[in-house]
Amino acid sequence: MNLRLTKVGLARTAVVIGAFAALEILCRTAVIPRATMIPPTEIAVALWQILVSGKANSDIAFTIVNTLAAIALSIVLGFWLGAALHAVPRARRAFEPLLSAYYAVPVFIFYPVLIVAFGVGRSALIAMGAMFGIVAMIVNTMIGLDRVPRVIAKTATVMRLSPLRRLLLLRLPAAAPHLVTGVKLAVAYSVIGIVAGEFILATAGIGKRIAFGYQDFDNRTMYGMLLLLLILVMVVNGGLSHWEKRLHRRFGQQ
Amino acid sequence: MKPQNYDGLFLAAGFLACWEILHLLVGADVVSAPADTLLRAVSLLKGRNFWHDAASTGIAFGYACLIGIAGGMLLGLALGLSRFAGDVADPILGTVYSIPKITLYPIILLIFGLSLTAKIAFGVIHGIFPVAIFTMNAVRNVAPVHRRTAKALRLSPMATVVTVLAPAAIPEILSGIRIGIAVTLLGILIAELFASSSGIGFALIRATELHSVVDIFALTLLLFLFAVAINTLLHLTERRVRHDA
Repeated sequence: MNLRLTKVGLARTAVVIGAFAALEILCRTAVIPRATMIPPTEIAVALWQILVSGKANSDIAFTIVNTLAAIALSIVLGFWLGAALHAVPRARRAFEPLLSAYYAVPVFIFYPVLIVAFGVGRSALIAMGAMFGIVAMIVNTMIGLDRVPRVIAKTATVMRLSPLRRLLLLRLPAAAPHLVTGVKLAVAYSVIGIVAGEFILATAGIGKRIAFGYQDFDNRTMYGMLLLLLILVMVVNGGLSHWEKRLHRRFGQQ
Repeated sequence: MKPQNYDGLFLAAGFLACWEILHLLVGADVVSAPADTLLRAVSLLKGRNFWHDAASTGIAFGYACLIGIAGGMLLGLALGLSRFAGDVADPILGTVYSIPKITLYPIILLIFGLSLTAKIAFGVIHGIFPVAIFTMNAVRNVAPVHRRTAKALRLSPMATVVTVLAPAAIPEILSGIRIGIAVTLLGILIAELFASSSGIGFALIRATELHSVVDIFALTLLLFLFAVAINTLLHLTERRVRHDA
């Protein structure tokens, strides 16, 4: 088992390193022209220089603050809406098809509508990010509350808890593994919504910087900021996945 | 079944009412009236410009779906049949799937130029990964007893795939295809919004720049209905296949 695991891990590392090495060689030997892509090592250096010079700090802060706001909105609103729909089965039945079809609709097409409503700026981006993330949270909140064992509901009755305390003290922790899945998805979707918004039309942000670098033929900035964004996303996503797995293991499969 | 249908109607009516109220509250230069929007949508459908854009989006969407689904299924099948390759590739696929692909569009543009090919390529990198992941899991999750039965019956490899593996895996693969098609449409539209010279997304960004609110709402409504129609169609297909299987 252990041997097999290391073998898989080694092969995986080899695949990833091999891919980067191949890219590096192709770029260095000009099979991929410099105008298309600069070698990965140069991208890392470019990112380092951008970070040291501090010229992109305001853009990075802009994106991070907006993303956090969108994530907070989608998690808090998503949880309460999910809990409310879970409490009223009739409303839930009515909304269910809408919720399950939500991500089949390119939600991003509403961004122009949001720009008209909020103007170009922070609010439109945050609203876009929240719109992307909230439904994942609603759906996973409902799934989580569905899976709360009956014995916990009975315990709440025995203890005569009010509905609110019952929700927050017993069902919220019992549904935690699914809520974390919701949080993970809400984070991923919010980032997509915000970065895509910055790409299309915005005043600042990492996405705006990348799009600007592209229009300016400034490949060092473009690829450097791209690398930064990919690193941020992978670290956050990896951390949340790890947390999710641990919770699922701890609470077992119910 | 009946009361549920009424619920759907109530939902639609409530949605229209909220829209109308919002329109009355904030005015026509922010939210256009539902009736005006519907009329504009109908007149768009009658015009030639709209169909020119729709054809441009449709062609890119069609090609991207074909390439994404075929490529994703082949990749998923290859990775699903070998346990080792699957274990190696699983987290890599998951990571690639989770990155916001919009950031990769400039690279696609640098490679393919501002063209139909770039749009298709961008749609493909959206759709191929969910299809590959679902296909891989579907093939890996075929119950061992099914495979053993095929072996006990001494089926040829071809017969095993056609009569045992495919029926067992296809419902799950179809779920992947449904998601793949949805994100491919998202990819094509984002590509058109960011940089293109034709297509529905391009018409939408042009309307935004002209601040033509009623056009924005009408186009958004048409896209919304199109996406819902595709999703419903795929859901029905999926349900039928599941019943048959």
